Amino acid sequence: MHDVRATQEVKHHGPPASFIRKYIFSIDHKVIGRQYYGLGLLAVFVGMGLSWLMRLHLGWTSLAIPGLGWLNPVGAPGGLMTPEYYLQLMTMHGTIMVFFVLTVAPFAAFGNFFLPIQVGAEDMPFPHINMMSFWVTFAAFAVLISSFFFGDGPSLAGWTAYAPLTAVGSIAGPGQGLGQVLWAFSIALFCVGQLLGSLNFIPTTLDLRAKGMTFSRMPQTVWAWFITSCMGLTAFSVLMPACILLIMDHLIGTSFFVPSNLVVSDQLQPHSGGSTLLWQHLFWFFGHPEVYIAIVPAMGIVSHVLITSLRRPLLSWKTIVASMVSLAFLSYMVYGHHMFVSGMNPVSSLVFSFPTLIITIPSTIIVLIWLGSIYQSRLRVNSASLFALGFISMFITGGVSGFFLAQPSLDIMLHATYFVVGHFHFVMAVAAIFGIFSGTYFWFPKMFGRMMNEPLGKLHFWLTFVGVYGIFMPFHYLGLAANVRRYQAFVDDYTTRLVPVHQFSTIFALFTGAAQLIFLYNLIHSRFWGKLATDNPWESTSLEWTTTSPPPYDNFGGRHPIIYHDPYQFGVQTASGTDYIMQDSPEESVSEETRSSS
Amino acid sequence: MSVVTESARHTVVGPAPAHVGNGGRRNIVPGNGRLRTLQRNSPPPGSSAIWVGIAAITMMFAAFTSALVVRQGSGPDWQHIAIPRVLFLNTLLLVASSVSLEVFRRKFSAHRMGPEAEMRLNPRWLYASLVMGMLFVAGQYAAWLQLRREGVYVASNPSSSFFYVLTAAHAVHVIGGLGGLLYLIYLLRSQVLRRTTLDVAATYWHFMGALWVYLLALICVKL
Repeated sequence: MHDVRATQEVKHHGPPASFIRKYIFSIDHKVIGRQYYGLGLLAVFVGMGLSWLMRLHLGWTSLAIPGLGWLNPVGAPGGLMTPEYYLQLMTMHGTIMVFFVLTVAPFAAFGNFFLPIQVGAEDMPFPHINMMSFWVTFAAFAVLISSFFFGDGPSLAGWTAYAPLTAVGSIAGPGQGLGQVLWAFSIALFCVGQLLGSLNFIPTTLDLRAKGMTFSRMPQTVWAWFITSCMGLTAFSVLMPACILLIMDHLIGTSFFVPSNLVVSDQLQPHSGGSTLLWQHLFWFFGHPEVYIAIVPAMGIVSHVLITSLRRPLLSWKTIVASMVSLAFLSYMVYGHHMFVSGMNPVSSLVFSFPTLIITIPSTIIVLIWLGSIYQSRLRVNSASLFALGFISMFITGGVSGFFLAQPSLDIMLHATYFVVGHFHFVMAVAAIFGIFSGTYFWFPKMFGRMMNEPLGKLHFWLTFVGVYGIFMPFHYLGLAANVRRYQAFVDDYTTRLVPVHQFSTIFALFTGAAQLIFLYNLIHSRFWGKLATDNPWESTSLEWTTTSPPPYDNFGGRHPIIYHDPYQFGVQTASGTDYIMQDSPEESVSEETRSSS
Repeated sequence: MSVVTESARHTVVGPAPAHVGNGGRRNIVPGNGRLRTLQRNSPPPGSSAIWVGIAAITMMFAAFTSALVVRQGSGPDWQHIAIPRVLFLNTLLLVASSVSLEVFRRKFSAHRMGPEAEMRLNPRWLYASLVMGMLFVAGQYAAWLQLRREGVYVASNPSSSFFYVLTAAHAVHVIGGLGGLLYLIYLLRSQVLRRTTLDVAATYWHFMGALWVYLLALICVKL
């Protein structure tokens, strides 16, 4: 008998029975979050390895790298990298890092694990779709990596895949046939996977919050994941059709992106009338929100970690949330700043430049609130809080260089130079990665029930902090010295003189890469032999710290939390003697001058 | 920040219900610590999720539309194609399918519980929706065949490329909707169909109809 009046109840799934259900095709959001984290970890080491190969080649162009010839005898005969192979490595490095690390780890991994717990839910509303989202993303990664092993290798067109290079087929170079189709198919699959994720994140935030959990009582991380999933919804669903049109140009002979009278390798291309700028518009309409999809979850993590470490709320959580919303909104209006020199109408440059300058305002507001909150506080220094502070440093450094690039008159000179490479590596590669590290050290006890090694974590931080400045700071100088990007060697007299700078950067890249092995060792060792964690080792207040480490399959052991407070009741005096009040505790501060978050 | 002035015994009213949620808009713990009567209904996540899906699909077709507009202006090779007349018949079928589903939905909502009443709930309107939806997809295929007979293929000219892309992308989503209708029939026959499930499926199906009307207008005006 069906109840026509009953609204849909959340489906409750029991604990998994089999190994496959528990670890492989799991519908538990926590397992899915760990799976995403594992995928991000695998991807970051693959991407980092590719960057080492690139940097070695840039510093020592005639160096034969041992083993590379075995990996790809055509791309690197005798270990000596061909120019095309360098571009193929560069393309895969960018694609893997942007999609499979920076989107997967802070958003899909931590978000899947902690969003339901932080809002007080048992799981996401559609666990099977959630499981599908991971496996579709994993399939996308497998398809991308497979391009190394088929045909003449992966695409060499860069992660931005500009047409017509990517639309005319194998005539354009190695990897531009099957490799490019695999790239486009992989990215289209990735978009589907992330859309399936958004399909869970948004209803979880809107509909599955526990009793008493108003929007104003949601942690910063929940706001960040919610904003990010809204951005992903609109951005990924534009990139996917663009990839479909690109595949059609490749396989079916349409001319969406290929113009008339195009001659490639002395052959007139059988296409006509397409618009290469169309690809750029479609791609960057996705591409700029994508970089905010990478950074906003990290901002949420940094806020969350900082507050716990500062033992006091931020100056204004509402302003931070409003700023993150502003970033998301403005991100759709600025995408043309990637196209200042593309040949589009120069007036359009002004139209895009203005919001690009405006978007620095909410970013600055967030940073100033963090800095103001840190001022005259007593920060608890641990690995998580160090990486949170490091994020602020990296974001400021990277953000300041963005301000220069926002102006078309300067971008004319700096576009496609190492200045741009330095900018986005600071704000994305390093800042977002620092956010991921901060989240890892902070939440590892909750995810795996064991503590990470603190001295190793601090060592990891300092080596990485120094290392990334050593790698990427010189890029700004290189850019100002007109060092063009995406070149595999520097043979002109004005760039040859810059090779020692590249060598310096390469040494720091290898040094920083080695430092990540400390993190990897710490991660693996702590997973199995780390000190057992208590339920709330950081004395934090949000809901994930009210349950066991790791949480049971239904997150709260049959309990349904009721929320009484916002998540940042720190710096208070309680009857029990603590300086914090858990969100689900009816306890109140004994002091009348309790500092409340605004 | 709420101020709870009474003891904790007033803050929990019996065992918590099996379903959770309903966090924001209702049952906020008020200042006197007394929870209001726990309401049975939480906002069904499906009703939010379907709009999330609709937003994603809308953005996808917005991207196709902007690509069409830009492509039309980028080269002199745009040739208008003759729109197959069968598309208009297909439109009527899809709209009728939406009407049929809506009729079923309203009958379902008004239906009273009880074993006799269940046996009287005639699913013919739902079956009609499914059949008309299938006829729509078949009709779209007939339109493609007609264009093929006229020598208009995917890569013949940009106009035909967009025709095939738009109609194929829409048809794929309609096929997904047909899967949803089949699932509704399965749930109905198993006597576990909930109103929310039906509402969500109906919303998606009506969106497919509205989207097709928009695409047809775009095709007629632009292609």
